Amino acid sequence: MEKKNDFVLDVKNLSTSFVSDKKEVRIVKNVSLRLRRGTTLAVVGESGCGKSVTVHSIVKLMPKNAKVTADQVLYRSAKDGKEYRLDQMEPYGSEMRKLRGAEIGMVFQDPMSSLNPVYKVGDQVAEGLIQHTGMSKAEAREKVLDMFRKLGIPDPESRINDYPHQFSGGMKQRVVIAIAMICNPDIIIADEPTTALDVTIQAQIMELMKSLQVNDHKSIILITHNMGLVAEMADEVCVMYMGRVMEFGSLEDVFERTSHPYTQALLRSVPVLGLAEGQELETIPGITPNPADLGPGCEFADRCPYCEARCREKDIPRFELSPGHYVRCLRYDSYQEVE
Amino acid sequence: MSAQASTLQQANKQQASSLLRKNIRKFVNNRLAMIGLVFVVLIVLSSIFAPLLTSYDPSQISLGEKNLSPCAAHILGTDNLGRDVFSRVLYGGRISVLVSVLGALMGSFVGMVLGSIAGYFGGKVDMLLVRLSEIFQTFPEMILIMILVAILGQGVGNLILVFSVTGWMTTFRMVRNEFLALREETYVQVCEAFGMSKAAIMFKQILPNVLSPVIVSTTVNVAGFILSEAGLSFLGVGVPSSVPTWGNILNAAKSVEVVSNYWWLWAVPGAVISIFVLAINFFGDGLRDVLDPKQQ
Amino acid sequence: MANQEKIFQIKNLQMWFPIKKGFLKKTVGHVKAVDDVSLDVYKGETLGIVGESGCGKSTFGKTIMMLNTPTGGEVQFNYGGQFKDITKFTSQELFQFRKKVQMVFQDPYSALNPLKKIYTAFEEPLKVHGVNSKEEREKIMQDVLKMVNIQPDYLLRYPHEFSGGQRQRLCIARALEVRPEVLICDEPVSALDVSIQAQVLNLMKKIQKDLNLTYLFIAHDLSVVQYMSNRIVVMYLGKIVEIADSRALYDEPLHPYTRALLSAIPVPQIHQEKKRIVLQGEVPSPINKPSGCAFHPRCPHCTEKCKQVDPTLIRHNDSEHMVACHLYDKES
Repeated sequence: MEKKNDFVLDVKNLSTSFVSDKKEVRIVKNVSLRLRRGTTLAVVGESGCGKSVTVHSIVKLMPKNAKVTADQVLYRSAKDGKEYRLDQMEPYGSEMRKLRGAEIGMVFQDPMSSLNPVYKVGDQVAEGLIQHTGMSKAEAREKVLDMFRKLGIPDPESRINDYPHQFSGGMKQRVVIAIAMICNPDIIIADEPTTALDVTIQAQIMELMKSLQVNDHKSIILITHNMGLVAEMADEVCVMYMGRVMEFGSLEDVFERTSHPYTQALLRSVPVLGLAEGQELETIPGITPNPADLGPGCEFADRCPYCEARCREKDIPRFELSPGHYVRCLRYDSYQEVE
Repeated sequence: MSAQASTLQQANKQQASSLLRKNIRKFVNNRLAMIGLVFVVLIVLSSIFAPLLTSYDPSQISLGEKNLSPCAAHILGTDNLGRDVFSRVLYGGRISVLVSVLGALMGSFVGMVLGSIAGYFGGKVDMLLVRLSEIFQTFPEMILIMILVAILGQGVGNLILVFSVTGWMTTFRMVRNEFLALREETYVQVCEAFGMSKAAIMFKQILPNVLSPVIVSTTVNVAGFILSEAGLSFLGVGVPSSVPTWGNILNAAKSVEVVSNYWWLWAVPGAVISIFVLAINFFGDGLRDVLDPKQQ
Repeated sequence: MANQEKIFQIKNLQMWFPIKKGFLKKTVGHVKAVDDVSLDVYKGETLGIVGESGCGKSTFGKTIMMLNTPTGGEVQFNYGGQFKDITKFTSQELFQFRKKVQMVFQDPYSALNPLKKIYTAFEEPLKVHGVNSKEEREKIMQDVLKMVNIQPDYLLRYPHEFSGGQRQRLCIARALEVRPEVLICDEPVSALDVSIQAQVLNLMKKIQKDLNLTYLFIAHDLSVVQYMSNRIVVMYLGKIVEIADSRALYDEPLHPYTRALLSAIPVPQIHQEKKRIVLQGEVPSPINKPSGCAFHPRCPHCTEKCKQVDPTLIRHNDSEHMVACHLYDKES
């Protein structure tokens, strides 16, 4: 297989719905996405767009009232060259547990609550290593020290014995990244990793993540709502709205050949540094709808300036504008329809 | 303009009543709460209208008829002085329900006011009140009650007073902790920014948000006080034994002889107390569910 | 700007919070949230205040509203040309002052009491401030709602029936009820979705124009602050490090911290060559501030002098652009 199409993760038609009060609400609808090895895929969208749910559905960390279906969730491991079908595994079975942590590392939004306050950080980082590889404590300690050095945690020999409250927010997030990285996984999933941090600390963490991708050839899924971070970090972008992938493509596709009205509106409504005085931001009219009362057709129809009657009739298919650039919008129905 | 304003007022009223109706429907749909309500009402009504339900005077001693088992003339039998148990249970409910409900309400009131003050102002006031509540809490309750009864003397009014003095701490703690969290809410700061008075912020803005746990603790207290009253009367420091209360009726069952031979003397008041306590608890739970804003 | 009328004159404002420990609550130190801040605010401008968490920007906003009692300094407010120090106000004067300056808070979800109808929440401030007739109150309520594009019949709903953006618009409307001259906005859009932020920001701009309001716009996101403000104040650990016109701050940032802050903000544009200054370390605690310039442990241009002498805020080249940094000492 040629390098360019070496997909480490290949998801086809993933849907997730939650059941509450006997009502089923679809939160993620027919999401297809692919992650190339050694690149960063940004999943971007507003709160409630289903970006976190999508990724948690992939690694099967879902509550009991969630129903996940997928045509395929394929993970190609670099370590043993095997293919794993995540969609056919038991959510909390031994296979899945082996993959999580060892092959797919997770970094969550809030570093304050991702660490257990009563254990030393060194032990928390080593825990995954001991569990997945059966390494001795002393060996694990060495590995953890290496990892701390690599992630720029100063004075690792003494900090390894500290408790989480002795770390600042940015350092805690480094520890969380260390936990995700310690078993040398292929994929790192970072769910809003810097939202709780200050901008100058965010810059540090992003630099670190970029170096992990470039130097260690990690594949990263970055979940964020910040278009600026996307522009700086991502190779490919997946724009989600109300559980749908509205637009998927390379960074250039999405930022320069922006095609979906939602993406266009989103990019124009974000304040950018250095705007000329008097320049007005464009606004997206209306409010984010409640997923429970969405009708048929395009989810963005109510707020879209190009909305036509046919937009509200049925689910919008995906059109491939150019290789790898997919858009769910009927304005592009002259292009090839793909599923 | 004024036409529009008046329609706004009307709509406001209409909506308020529809909310009330919605809450009532929600409560009615809660089966346990309804059962609780029915039993509470039943017990209260039958105590109030006791003279209509029985022709016996609860204090009428009739030595010729002592320790009769339930029969046609005395449907729940008589006690060791020949008093009709059914009539005593009915009349006893008057005092027991009054003492426990009023005691719990007053205790909750004291707890709510002190808890609001402690939680809202914090600092030294808070420390003082918390220490005070700790002293009350760590002091053995029975002894405390007995000391107070010794000071104030026996009697229904004094018992209510004693219960409100000894029963405010749980509510106090709960209200204080809620206040500590809620005073940081932005709407409190908004009110401060508008220059509203501290009392208005405390009692009109924050307090309604802590009512639901208070309601639950009050109903728990009602249950507790019914039992306390029984216990105190059992020890002879509660309501004078000449007055029938559920506790005083149970007093008759002090000896092993009574327990083993005359079951109706303890089983009947015991069952009534249990039913009333359970009913009050169910009722309180239902009320909390209705009032909880997070569930609306 | 210099020839414009001032509305606030803040001199050496200081807000230290005592840290109390132990059973007897002995004061063991202070959190120097706002430390010797002097600043003028002009009528009709939007003054942006930007900084990272813990820099004291929110405390500053609350302190000049007297929601905190400052531990030092004065806050002079312009009463029709006459300046009065509000830190010395009696509670009655302060109550009247509340009509002049209002605040919009960060979290629109907790800014409305969940048990109260919007109608009640809007009526209360008016009742407190002596609008006694019901008709008059309802007229004011409908007027302010019109300003934020919310239908009057929404007054009869409960807060949980509104989305975040609508709630923030309601909060703005409620603050406007008492016809304030100054609106202090503490992170008004940071809790909102990206697609809603622009709505609220543009609405705020429009209201400012219509009512000739003065805004103090406090936020951590420099791009939002720059979009909204005429002038920007950059704060670091309770002190002002730079004040400049919004454009000048972007074109020619002087303080090394401002430069780092500007370069750290991710820009949603690609193929933009940008030199990023990644600051080492983190913001120190405002309890034990570093000696000298508080920024010196992270500063790439730190000298011996910076470690000892705290720089003062001075004019750069006699312009309105002010900076507190020893790098520009020779020019003073």
